[in-house]
Amino acid sequence: MLGLNKKDFQLLLIVVALTALAPFILNPFPEGSAMAQFNAGYPDLMQKFVIFGIFAIGFNILFGLTGYLSFGHAAFLGVGSYSCVWMFKLLGYNVMPGILLSIVTSGIFAYLIGVVSLRRSGIYFSILTLAFAQMSFALAYSVLSNPKFNLTNGETGLQVYANDPQWMHSASKPDLPHFFGISMRATHEMEVGAWAFQFNFGYYLCALIMIAAFYLSIRIFRSPFGMMLRAVKSNNTRMYYTGLNARPYTLAAFVISGMYAGLAGGLLSAVDPLAGAERMQWTASGEVVLMTILGGAGTLIGPVLGSGLIKYFENIFSKINDSVLHGWFSFLPDGIEDFMVTIVHPFVGKGWHLTLGVLFMLIVIFLPGGLVQGGQKIRGLFTGRTEAEQAEADANHSTPAE
Amino acid sequence: MDAIILQILNGLDKGSAYALIALGLTLIFGTLGVVNFAHGAIFMLGAFCAVTLSKIFSISYQTVDETQTDFLGNPLKVDTPYVEYWFGPEMGAALIDWSVPLAILFSIPVMIAVGVIMERGLIKHFYRRPHADQILVTFGLAIVLQEVIKYYFGANPIPTPAPDMFRGSYDFSPLLGFDPNSVIYPVWRLIYFAFSALIIGAVFAFLQFTTFGMVVRAGMADRETVGLLGINIDKRFTIMFGIAAAVAGLAGVMYAPINAPNYHMGMDFLVLSFVVVVVGGMGSLPGAVAAGFLLGILESFASTTWATTTIPGINQIIIYLVAIIILLTRPRGLMGKKGVMEE
Repeated sequence: MLGLNKKDFQLLLIVVALTALAPFILNPFPEGSAMAQFNAGYPDLMQKFVIFGIFAIGFNILFGLTGYLSFGHAAFLGVGSYSCVWMFKLLGYNVMPGILLSIVTSGIFAYLIGVVSLRRSGIYFSILTLAFAQMSFALAYSVLSNPKFNLTNGETGLQVYANDPQWMHSASKPDLPHFFGISMRATHEMEVGAWAFQFNFGYYLCALIMIAAFYLSIRIFRSPFGMMLRAVKSNNTRMYYTGLNARPYTLAAFVISGMYAGLAGGLLSAVDPLAGAERMQWTASGEVVLMTILGGAGTLIGPVLGSGLIKYFENIFSKINDSVLHGWFSFLPDGIEDFMVTIVHPFVGKGWHLTLGVLFMLIVIFLPGGLVQGGQKIRGLFTGRTEAEQAEADANHSTPAE
Repeated sequence: MDAIILQILNGLDKGSAYALIALGLTLIFGTLGVVNFAHGAIFMLGAFCAVTLSKIFSISYQTVDETQTDFLGNPLKVDTPYVEYWFGPEMGAALIDWSVPLAILFSIPVMIAVGVIMERGLIKHFYRRPHADQILVTFGLAIVLQEVIKYYFGANPIPTPAPDMFRGSYDFSPLLGFDPNSVIYPVWRLIYFAFSALIIGAVFAFLQFTTFGMVVRAGMADRETVGLLGINIDKRFTIMFGIAAAVAGLAGVMYAPINAPNYHMGMDFLVLSFVVVVVGGMGSLPGAVAAGFLLGILESFASTTWATTTIPGINQIIIYLVAIIILLTRPRGLMGKKGVMEE
């Protein structure tokens, strides 16, 4: 269906169901209960889940398929954000032109960087993209914020001011990012007993876009073009000797993933109309790499899982403090309780980056295929099949005998 | 003319730091073929060795001094560092004052240990895996090291002053025949430059004139053949990793008085030192050193008022611009050998 085979279609349906029901799934504990701190069903965070999901899906098209490790994708995210805010400033708060412009500008930007960076491969490519991204960061942070030619507003960040033209803005429209009149912050609250669920328009718009992006990425993965990219990953030299020039393909992949990143950046601005240079810093590029690896590079669902997990950690784990920890371990004898709190303390709260780093190292060392591979391994334990058999069975499954 | 000399001097200290980190990176890359994203974190660990030592020296106990009173007439509490108690007040004060130079001695074994443990514990398992995996795992390690330091030392920069003797500036003008006060330069930065020149010289001499260094160089050229000759090349490479870590660590120790150490200084330097390595030529030791100084000096020239008013922000992007131009026109870098990592 939709040009997908049965298995991919099921996957797409799962993703659709997950995103549509996210307010329920991420909000399993009643408001006011002790466990409510693990609820992630509030709009801001759900928006981040899907937006960074888009970012990671796009990054995966480049890294997962071609194996080119770009350390500069945050630059496209930043360019997307800036373009979107500029659209707000010039045209008005409708998000549509902003998102479209951010895709276009980041595409152009990615093309320019890609043409240059893709002349090298391997580690040189990583460092070139890193250099470009740091340069863009420096440009956004200082050069383009000079009084004569202020594009980025430096460290304050770009935002919409009252004296901006906003040509298409009219008094009837909300003074906040909106989608043809429906505010991005429009939230419907539903109370079911002790539970409170929030349905946010901005989230559902982003989720819809993410599903479209996910669908597109499935199509790319299954297309001859995707096959070509996989061939580049497995052996570029052999491709070259068979007379194929891989550059246009890798460049296309680079530009597509750059546009995904730009789209994500545009959406970030659409839900919160402020763009800052720190989105372009190379640690932000590192974050998307972490997301993709954590979930499983080269798999369809992996990047979405990874981005969700990292954003969840960032927002929920970083809130846990010592008193919460004491609550967790209160069933233990006093001495052991204090000891456990001391042990766990560096990993939560402000230290969640440490958890992230450790988790990331463990994944790279023991589970190069990410969480998806982990899931397959666990499945293998139950069904008693090895991974290879599993993969083979899946492959057979996906091409039904006709 | 004096302005040019001043800018060259200004560039030297940053250039020295770049050169030392890039030297270690290149050493690791040349010997083990590993792209070490945790090298900046090692530099940071070095700087925190200096912080740790100065903190250890200033651990003190409180006594009540009956001879001194505050304005209410209560006896004053006096903090006396243990080192002053043990070594006498003068010697103790000198020890505290000299904690940064003394940290050199303290850091060498620590950093070698860090390097060797890192290589044996982690990087050893990544020789046969793709470069991307090596980058990723060392990147993860860098995050972990950074966060551990942040946990123990906090997120704020910790000022770690140089010894009293080396504070202040030195006026070169009379020496060079300019007007007084036209070429003034902080003494510690001069020492930093001299120190890094010494370290670089020592590393080169070690590789050039000792049997150990000769074997390592042979191993860099052809690892298998050296292994076949019955030499345990892996062990030597491990030691080289330790030395590379020590070089970066020393660069960090001595850099502490120039910029107060903070937990992300490693990441800040890492990106730049990778750029330096690439500009110098991957796998070329002289290239790394030359490019380090070159880019440091270039950066300081680009930071002059004249340059920043002509092209605003040029100081921030000059290094990347140079790197991009060099990578595109001469992919092997300034002094890189043909065929090393060229794809």
